[in-house]
Formats: sequence, C-alpha cells, structure tokens
Amino acid sequence: MGVAEKVRELVRPYRGKPTELIQALHRVQSVLGWLPREAQEAVAEVLGVPASQVRGVVTFYHFFRTKPAGKHTIRVCLGTACHVRGGERVLNAICDELEVKPGETSVDGKFSVEVVRCLGCCGLAPVMMIDEEVYGRLDPTKARRIVREFS
Amino acid sequence: MITLTIDGIKVQAEEGETILQAAKRAGIRIPTLCYLEGLSPRGACRLCLVEIRNWGGRLVPSCATPVQEGLEVVANSPRLRELRRTILEMIFAERNHICAFCVSNGHCELQDLAMELGMDHVRFPYRWPLLFVDLSHEKYGIDHNRCVLCGRCVRACSEVEGAMTWGFSNRGIFTLVEADLGDPWGKSTTCTGCGKCVQACPTGALFEKGKATSEQVKKPEIILEVTERRPRV
Repeated sequence: MGVAEKVRELVRPYRGKPTELIQALHRVQSVLGWLPREAQEAVAEVLGVPASQVRGVVTFYHFFRTKPAGKHTIRVCLGTACHVRGGERVLNAICDELEVKPGETSVDGKFSVEVVRCLGCCGLAPVMMIDEEVYGRLDPTKARRIVREFS
Repeated sequence: MITLTIDGIKVQAEEGETILQAAKRAGIRIPTLCYLEGLSPRGACRLCLVEIRNWGGRLVPSCATPVQEGLEVVANSPRLRELRRTILEMIFAERNHICAFCVSNGHCELQDLAMELGMDHVRFPYRWPLLFVDLSHEKYGIDHNRCVLCGRCVRACSEVEGAMTWGFSNRGIFTLVEADLGDPWGKSTTCTGCGKCVQACPTGALFEKGKATSEQVKKPEIILEVTERRPRV
C-alpha cells in the first residue's frame, strides 16, 4: 500500500471535517513518524482543507516533522534550570558532534536532535533524553561521549 | 445608530461598523497597511491603532474594533504618531525595503506611510535576511524580501478568488507567504493566475513580470470593485 492510500485510510474518520486538521496530522505522524508530501496532500484531500492551510499548520507547530525522523531521538532540554546550567553548550556540542542543527536528522539517519522545554527533572540539569532514557548532569564532553558511544 | 466621538468630532455609525469605517466617513484619516476594503480585517500591522479614552487609554486596532455608543476615540495624537512610526521602523528593519531598486518605488503603500508619518530614519538594526525570489509563475513574481506579511494577498486569494493558493508557512520572523504545499508559484495546481494578489499587495513583493524599477503600479481598489459587483445573498 502506498503512502497516500495508507494516509487516506488513517484519516477516514475525519473525512470532510476541516476542523480536525491537527488531529488528523497527529494521527498520520504517529504512524509514519513524519509527514511526507504525499501524506499532506492526502490529508488535505480527505478533510477538504486547502493545501496551503495544511502547510501552514504543519510548518507552524514544531511538533510536526516534514523530514523523516532518525532512528533515535535526542531531546536536549533548554528549560529554565538547564538554560542556567549550560544547556546551550550541551546542545551545541551534540549538534557539532552529529553535524546537524536542532530539528534535523544526522546524515546516517541515526539521530534526530530536538530542543525541548523542561523534561521534568530539573535537579539533574542540564539534561537530555535519548529515546526514553534520561541523561543528567551533562557537560559538553560528557554529552559528546554518550552520543558517540550510543548503540 | 451609534454616536461616538473621534478626535473630538461627533460621528454617527451603524451598529457593526468599525471605528476605521466611521472615521473614514467623518473625513478623519487613520493610516492602514494590512487593511484593504473588500477583505476581512486582520488587525495584523497595528498601524491603525487608536486610543480609547473611556477604556483607560487602551490601544485597539480601529480596522477590527466595532463602534460602541459613547466611545471617545483618539485617532491622531503625538503618542499615536510615535507608535505608528515605531511600527513602521520595525517593518522596515525586518526585511529589505530599499526603495531605490524596487519595482513599486513611487507606487508603494509602505513608502507612502513612511513619508506621511515622517519616518526619516530607522532606530533598529536592519535584519536583511537573504530570502528568495520566485519567478516560476508565467505572469507574476514574488520577492519575499519586500513582503510585509500583511496577508492581503492571502485574503484576496481565499476570500475573493476562492482559490486558497496562498498561505502562511513557518512562523515568527521565518514566516513566508507560500503557494499550496510550499511549491514554486508556477507549479501551483490551485492558482488561477487571476492576479488579485498582485493588485492587493501594498509593496513590491508581488509584481507583474516585465516591470522594471518604479514601473509597478498597483490597483488595490479592484478588490472592493469585484466584491461589490457580487450579488448580495
């Protein structure tokens, strides 16, 4: 089954309901991991929303991805506590190590790097998460090592 | 009928009319940029801000605020002039608005406003991001560097033409007006090529191909003409 058919199937409950756009996109992304062009077109068609509006929503919210996600997701926290304790330096080290910018995926497709605001464990600041695992009390060197040795 | 005062002048207005419309009829000038007759008001540019005396001096966009009985509106004052000039300065600082090389030089609403409000310099650092120019359309072009994100093209496209080709993508300072799913304009499957967006655009961001510096004259009034000609339902 092609992407378009799969998406049409997924968003069938929202047929003809333009107000459900965000719900529909959520659903598609939870299955595909991102929102390829064909998926956006299919959502527009089934819900009856102009393509330009689908694009507007997809690009407005950082949650929606227009590029495939990496195998693992690194979430670097830049919330207040992490910001104060050098979260930016951790983020820069990781981005430098993987040669990506926040929101991008490394060339080998292994890691996507995301910036988040608070992971709820400020006592460990600065923190990051790789998939479901939390890494705390980081510094640039430690963060680089974790990413390098992650398998 | 509702009675209110604007700059000390008693003005009568219909229920549902905006302060801007009432002021216009009374011959009181309020500068506007994102507002265009025939399109829904957006309140995006904030140039039409007015002060409401009996709301504790609150500032509201007159294009999107309905009249109310007994309102005391200040439409022109040194404070408002300064605010409007500051807003203009921020618009000028955000992208490239160097008039000398613009197709709309001399026929530009942004330029006219700068002259009207006496904006002779900009106190903010110019950002000048390097944005692209899309010339893929057969008849028209879009230069994002000249765009002020007023959304008149977007509204003309959806409310008057009904094509809904244009939309805003991204957000904040990265916002762009883009066609369909971010395609080159010429590749758009929904664009009818009607050109209403070009006529509605207040600056040189949207232009007809083949126009050189200063040659692009716009006819934003066609938007109202087209909508008025429609039968009322």
